[in-house]
Amino acid sequence: MAEIRLEGVAHSYDGGGTWALKPMTWTWRTGRAYALLGPSGCGKTTLLNIVSGLLTPTRGRIWFDDREVTGVPPAGRNIAQVFQFPVLYDQMSVYDNLAFPLRNRGYPKQEVDRRVRRVSGLLGLDEHLRRRSRRLDAGRQQIVALGRGLVRPEVAAVLLDEPLTVVDPAMKWTLRSKLKEIHRDTGHTLVYVTHDQTEALTFADEVVVLNDGEIVQAGEPGELFLSPAHEFVGHFIGSPGMNVLDGSVAGGLVLVGDAAVGRASGDLPPGPVRIGVRPEFVRLTSEEAPPGIAARVTGIDRMGAYDLVHAQVNGHPLVARTDAAAVREPGSVTFLRFAEGRAFLFRDAVRCGVVEPLAGSAP
Amino acid sequence: MTATLPSRRTEPAAEDRAQGKRRANRAWFLVLPVVVSVAFTAVIPLMTVVNYSVQDIFSPDDRLFVGLEWFRSVARDPEVRAAFVRTLLFSAQVLLLEIPLGVAVAVVMPRRGLGVPAALVLVALPLLIPWNVVGTIWQIFARPDIGLGGWAVNNVLGLDYNYTLDAGDAWITVLVMDVWHWTPLVALLAYAGLRSIPDPYFQAAQIDGASAWATFRHIQLPRLRGVLTIAILLRFMDSFMIYTEPFVVTGGGPGNATSFLSVLLSKIAVGQFDLGPAGAFSLLYFLAVQIVCYVFFTVLTRTGR
Amino acid sequence: MRRLPWARTVFWLYGITLMLPLLWMFGMSIRPNQDILGSFRLIPERVTFDNYVTFFTDPVWYSSYLNSIVYTSMNAVMSLVIALPAAYAFSRFRFAGDKHLFFWLLTNRMAPPAVFLLPFFQIYQAVGLFDTHLGVAIAHMLFNVPLAVWILEGFMSGIPREIDETAAIDGYSLPRFFVRIFLPMIRSAIGVTLFFCFMFSWVELLIARTITSVNAKPIAATMTRTVSAAGVDWGLLAAAGVLTIVPGAIVIWFVRNYIAKGFSLGRV
Repeated sequence: MAEIRLEGVAHSYDGGGTWALKPMTWTWRTGRAYALLGPSGCGKTTLLNIVSGLLTPTRGRIWFDDREVTGVPPAGRNIAQVFQFPVLYDQMSVYDNLAFPLRNRGYPKQEVDRRVRRVSGLLGLDEHLRRRSRRLDAGRQQIVALGRGLVRPEVAAVLLDEPLTVVDPAMKWTLRSKLKEIHRDTGHTLVYVTHDQTEALTFADEVVVLNDGEIVQAGEPGELFLSPAHEFVGHFIGSPGMNVLDGSVAGGLVLVGDAAVGRASGDLPPGPVRIGVRPEFVRLTSEEAPPGIAARVTGIDRMGAYDLVHAQVNGHPLVARTDAAAVREPGSVTFLRFAEGRAFLFRDAVRCGVVEPLAGSAP
Repeated sequence: MTATLPSRRTEPAAEDRAQGKRRANRAWFLVLPVVVSVAFTAVIPLMTVVNYSVQDIFSPDDRLFVGLEWFRSVARDPEVRAAFVRTLLFSAQVLLLEIPLGVAVAVVMPRRGLGVPAALVLVALPLLIPWNVVGTIWQIFARPDIGLGGWAVNNVLGLDYNYTLDAGDAWITVLVMDVWHWTPLVALLAYAGLRSIPDPYFQAAQIDGASAWATFRHIQLPRLRGVLTIAILLRFMDSFMIYTEPFVVTGGGPGNATSFLSVLLSKIAVGQFDLGPAGAFSLLYFLAVQIVCYVFFTVLTRTGR
Repeated sequence: MRRLPWARTVFWLYGITLMLPLLWMFGMSIRPNQDILGSFRLIPERVTFDNYVTFFTDPVWYSSYLNSIVYTSMNAVMSLVIALPAAYAFSRFRFAGDKHLFFWLLTNRMAPPAVFLLPFFQIYQAVGLFDTHLGVAIAHMLFNVPLAVWILEGFMSGIPREIDETAAIDGYSLPRFFVRIFLPMIRSAIGVTLFFCFMFSWVELLIARTITSVNAKPIAATMTRTVSAAGVDWGLLAAAGVLTIVPGAIVIWFVRNYIAKGFSLGRV
C-alpha cells in the first residue's frame, strides 16, 4: 500500500498538440476508495494508465510514497488493474489465472498455492478454481481479473476501469457490494473509474470529477451535490442537473434581468455572472415579493414522488423539483426563490461566490 | 473507451447465428446462380472425369467399360505411389516451415505508424505474382551462373549447388520457393488475428509481469487458433496441389525428384492423353485432398475446446 | 503494447530478403542478354530498356497481357455478382440443405486444378467457350465463387439482422434494401472479395493455358515462348515477369488499408 502522488503530471498523445490530461498535482491517499467520475473522453483512462505505468506521462512525476516511479514499467509498480471487459487467459483454469502473476515472478510453488487460495477465499472463488475461466459469467470473470491483481503481496493500489460495463444490471449491485467488502477487508487504495454518477456516489469515500483533462472538483459525495465548485460538476451530478441562469452583479446585488435575487457574497466585482441552483433548491411561491422573480410555467413532469416543474425565466429554461400534485397549470405565472446558501455564482465556469439573502427581506 | 467485447466472440457463433435466422426455402432462389455456376464449372467436369475413369477410350466412338480397373492400376502404380509420398512429404515440410515462420513474421510486423502500409504491401506482393512467374523468378534467382541466390550459395557459402543437376538441390529450391511465395499468406492471416486482440490483454499481461514469450504463449497464440486453422487448411490444399511453380523451375526433375502428383497427372492427362487412368487418378487425388482436409479440420477444431 | 526492441529490424530484414529475388529479376530485365550470360555481376554494366520495348511492340506479348487483365476483371465482377445473393441467403436464412450446400461449395476449393484440365478442354470446345475471355472467366469461377461466398458470408454475418427487419418495416422491398442499404454497409467486404478474386484469377496458369490457344491466351502462357532453339531469352522473360507483377502491385496499393482486415476474411 502506498500514497500515490502525481506532481504536475500531464499527457499528450500527439506530442504536445492537444492535452488529454492537463498538468495536475494530486494525491491518492492510502486506504481510501476513490471514484474517478467524468464523461467519455475526459481523460479518466489516461489518468489511470499513468498511475499503473501503462503510459508514461509526457510531463510530471509520479511518486509511490518516497519512491519515484515515473519511468518504472507496470510490472515494477505492483498495481492491480481491472479493465472494462474481463481480461482473462481464457484457455487457463481460474487457478492458473490467479497464479499467473506469481509464476511470472518466480514464486515457489507452495507460496503460489498459499496466496491463490487466500485470494480465492476472499473473493468467493473456491468452488470455481478448477474451471476454465471462459466458462464463467462476465461478473465472475471480472472477479477473477481482480483476483489476479490482489494475489501479489503489498499491492500499491487497485485500479478499476469501468469494470461493470459488461455485467448485467442485476449483478452490478451485488458486485459493487462485493468490491466494497473487499476494500473494507484488505484496506487497499481503490480507484474506480466510471461515467455513472450513481455508481460513483454510492461507491466512493471521495469522488474526483474529471472534465476535459482537468480535475474540476474532488470531495465527498454530499459535498459535490450540495456545493459544486464548477458548473460542470453541477451539470454532471444530480438528475436533472443544476440550473444555470445568466445574471449580473451590480452594486453588491445579484440581478436576473432587473430583479434582484440576493446579495453577492464577498466583494465580487460587478459584471456578468452565472447563477447555478439545483432544482431541489428552487422554491415556487405565488406571492410576488423580493427576492422572488417571475417565471412562466411551461410544463410539468409528474414523477410520482415529486413533480418537475419546467419554467421560463427571462427566456432561460429552468427546472424546479416540487412536492407531488401541487396544482399548477402550464402558462401560469409563478415566483421563484432560491434556498439560502444553495445558489452559487460562477464566472468562467468556476464558482466565485454564493447568493446571500437580501438584507431585511424575509428569510 | 469503446473496446469490443471479446466475450461475445468466444460464444459458439454458429449456434447463435442459426437461432436468429428465419426459415425460408425461397432463399434457394438467391443461391441458384451459384449452384448453376458451380454445376457448370465443377459438377459436369467431375462427371466427365468419372465417365472417363470407368472406360477404356480408344477413340470417341470406340469405348469399353472397364469398371474399377483404372483405379486399381493407378493405386498400384509405383510411380503414382512415389509421387504421392513425395507430395505428402512436401506438404508436411511446407506446413512445418511456413506456419511458425508466418506467425513469427506477424509478431514482428509493425503495428502502428507509417511503416504499416509499407509493410503490408511488401508482404502481400509475392501473393499477387502469377505462379509461373514465381517459377521464373526462382529459375533465374537460383541459377548458379546468372542468379544471385545460386551464385551466393556457390561462391559465398562455398557449397556445391546446382538445382538442374542435383535432386536434393532441386527439392530444396522448390521448397525455399514455396516458403518465399506463401509464408506471406500465413503472416497476413496471423497479423489480422493479432490485430484483433484488444489492447487491454497486452496491458494486463504487462501488469502481471509476463515476459514476451509468456505474452505470446498465453495471449497471442490462443487467439490465433481460428486464423491458423484457415492457414493450415489453405497451405495444405495448395501445396498438395502444387503444379506451376515446380513445373517452371525443374519440370519435375531432375529425374523424378520434384515430380509431384499434379505434375504427374498433367503428364498422363495432357501429355499422353490417357483418359481412363487420368480420370481415375484425378478422382483418387481429389479424394485424398478432401480426406486430409477433413482430418485437419476435425483435429484443429476439437483440440483445445 | 510493448514490442520486442529488435522486432522492427528483424521485420525489415525479412522484407529485404523477400524482395531480393524480385529485384534480381528486375536487374535481369534491364540488361542485354550478352551481359546476363557473360560474367556474373551484381550491378548491371549496361542498362537497356530493349526488353520492355520488345514487349510493348510485339502484339503477341501485349495482347496476351491485355487478355489476362480482361478475363481477370470479368471473373472478379462475375464471381462477386453471383456470390452476393448467395452469401446473403446463407447469412440470413435457413433453408433445406443450407449447411450441406455451403460445405459442398467449399470442397470445390479443394479440387486440384489438374483434375479439371481434360474435361474443361472438351466441354469448353463443345459449347464454344474455348479460347474466349468469357470462357476463362467462367472457368476461374470454379475456385473464386466458393471463396467469394465464404468471405462475403463472414462479413455479412457480422451485420446485425435488425437492420434488415427495420428496413422491411420501413417498407423497403428486399432488392431495394439490398442495393440501397445493405451493399453500402459491406463496401469493404466487397473490396476485399474483388481483391481475392482478382488475385486468384491473375495468378492461375494451368487452367487458363489449357482452354485458350490464341485469342484469349494469358500472358503467363506467352512467357513460355522465350524458350527457343537458341536457348532462353532471359532478358525478355525477366521483363515480362516484372510487368506481370505491376497490376498486382497497383491493386495492393489501393487496398492497402483493408489488407489486414481482409485477410481475416471477416472471421476474426
